[in-house]
Amino acid sequence: MTDSPQVKHHGSDMFEGYPVDTADTAGDQAVTNYTINFGPQHPAAHGVLRMVMELDGEIIERVDPHVGLLHRGTEKLIEYKTYLQALPYFDRLDYCSPLGMEHSYVLAIEKLLDLEVPDRAQYLRTMFAELTRICNHMLNIGSHVMDVGAMTPNLWIFELREDCLNFFERASGARMHSAYFRPGGVHQDVPEKLLYDIGQWCETRLPKLFGDAMSLVIDNRIFKQRNVDIATVGKEDALAWGFSGPMIRGSGIPWDLRKAQPYDAYAKMDFDIPVGTRGDCYDRFMVRVQEVYQSQRIILQCINAMPTGPIASLDRKVVPPKRGEMKQSMESLIHHFKLYTEGFHVPAGEVYVATESPKGEFGVYLVSDGTNKPYRCKIRPTAFSHLQAMDFMCKGHMLADTTAIIGAIDVVFGECDR
Amino acid sequence: MASPAPLIAPRDGIGAALQKLLGDDLIEHVFAVGEDSITVRREAVAGVMIALRDNLDYQQLVEIAGVDYPERAERFEVVYHLLSVTKNHRLRVRVSTDEATPVPSIVPVWPVAGWLEREVFDMYGVLFAGNPDLRRILTDYGFQGHPQRKDFPLTGYTELRYSEEDKRVVYEPVKLAQDFRNFDFLSPWEGADYVLPGDEKAGGTGEAPGKGAPTPLTAAEVKKADEAAKAPPPPTPKTTEKPEQTGAGAKANIKAAKTSRDGAKATTAAKAKTPATKKAEKAPAKARAPRKPKTGGDA
Repeated sequence: MTDSPQVKHHGSDMFEGYPVDTADTAGDQAVTNYTINFGPQHPAAHGVLRMVMELDGEIIERVDPHVGLLHRGTEKLIEYKTYLQALPYFDRLDYCSPLGMEHSYVLAIEKLLDLEVPDRAQYLRTMFAELTRICNHMLNIGSHVMDVGAMTPNLWIFELREDCLNFFERASGARMHSAYFRPGGVHQDVPEKLLYDIGQWCETRLPKLFGDAMSLVIDNRIFKQRNVDIATVGKEDALAWGFSGPMIRGSGIPWDLRKAQPYDAYAKMDFDIPVGTRGDCYDRFMVRVQEVYQSQRIILQCINAMPTGPIASLDRKVVPPKRGEMKQSMESLIHHFKLYTEGFHVPAGEVYVATESPKGEFGVYLVSDGTNKPYRCKIRPTAFSHLQAMDFMCKGHMLADTTAIIGAIDVVFGECDR
Repeated sequence: MASPAPLIAPRDGIGAALQKLLGDDLIEHVFAVGEDSITVRREAVAGVMIALRDNLDYQQLVEIAGVDYPERAERFEVVYHLLSVTKNHRLRVRVSTDEATPVPSIVPVWPVAGWLEREVFDMYGVLFAGNPDLRRILTDYGFQGHPQRKDFPLTGYTELRYSEEDKRVVYEPVKLAQDFRNFDFLSPWEGADYVLPGDEKAGGTGEAPGKGAPTPLTAAEVKKADEAAKAPPPPTPKTTEKPEQTGAGAKANIKAAKTSRDGAKATTAAKAKTPATKKAEKAPAKARAPRKPKTGGDA
């Protein structure tokens, strides 16, 4: 600052005889930028995210996200496991939507094996994938609104998430880490009562509770002030930064792998792709809200059209027989033993299979050398690309906007760090 | 395709278009398992990416994966996965490199490549020339080595724990209470890549047979085995009906020839009825007296 008592203020002649305040006003003072650590333990970071932020006052100048604090070496571990043993690792990637992760993996194996999957298995997988989407969005929508200050909706829609988890438990025996999708189909059939209950839930409880909770938020003035025009991303940027899922749809590109590259029973489903118009946090949020209703439509279609028949491929060189069958037949016993020790061999080759997980494009690049273990299994996480764009999305925003931006990315570190 | 994997229609004329666009930079174009993949020259990868993005509409870089093939001269493959949102098509582009030769960075083409290249560098040690921020990304601060390489052990080299004495986290060399066990469940008749202990005595080179080797016999040897099977059996089959045939020795034979003092008796005794059975036979079958009803119960 060059402010000194000798320097006369401009036009000070006018105020001859009057006391003139020569102290600095707010804008005159230069404040050096300072760096803060956001996380790794921060409730709004949705996990172990450490961000080194350079701030000019309260304005963010630069963000350097440090990821990898939850790195568990999943890809390395998978190389030492048979194809079936590697499956449960996928539940533990994105632990908020476990079945979405399994989906890519089983489809990749099936593609390499060129394995046919019965209709009922395809419908069941489609239905549970959509239930997972609802389950995931309940968590994300709830925590997003809580990050920007609302408490009540989160408590309400966690009820719905709990319902979803109960459905998973009734189908597979586990609430979260289901390991329900298997190469060739699903692990076991669901009782008719479960399908009925899911249908009832979709028609009554879900729209009522979710609609009520959202009516508190989506037109709320404070919520809009915290989200509208925050971290606006245009179409060009969304493509260049590798966005996918609700992030790319929030930016106005109607890109959904379920429509564009349909897998399982999605080709037979009738649903719409919600898109945003401005590409800000509010749009991403609203895309997720609308996706819940679309998922509800798909689930109801699946239940109405659910075919009967086997729930997994009958190719006994891939899918092990049921235990009851194993007790009766020698051949089944051999298959059971071989598949649970040696596992099945996957022909040499490589595939990249991506599905529309609740968070975006979740891909599995599988390289097989013809043995019973993957030679390489590269997992394409969704949050990795999205978090990288944090720097460019946060630039020029206030520190408090960071929580809204992270909430709208929908990041889970199990998947980002692998 | 019978599998329910994501349906991607093959792109018409992609082979010719790639050949025309990339010319000498294109080494190989393979269409396998419903997916297009091309191998390009490493030095040209940045230009290739710009051409693919601008001329063939691959707008998005989805993923960069490293793969390690230790037996190759250039052991690492860097695999780029591109996506065309408008043409609805995926393309895989691969280049190969070794530990020392850097791959040109494609951060100027797609900013998303920044972290993806950092990850490949972290996991495999592949260098990317021109990446502005080539730091480690997933591993710990101060980590050494590249964990996804095939020669990096699954257990790693260091472990860490909280030390109560030092009141901080300490790093130590990995100590395993039990050796790392890697079970190989491959079928032995499909050719395991190891020699079972003892197999080296059976002659041969001591090297493991190749993978998928069905049988070590040649066609000629198989015929010989058949002829051997036709040969007549030895005249007297080996039996052990007499004590001499047991091969226990002369002493045992003499001992066996002697009859023991109560040998004959013992056999009859064994046949004789035991006192208990005699008694049971003597006793006539008599119906058991009916049980007296209980009296004085709590009424």
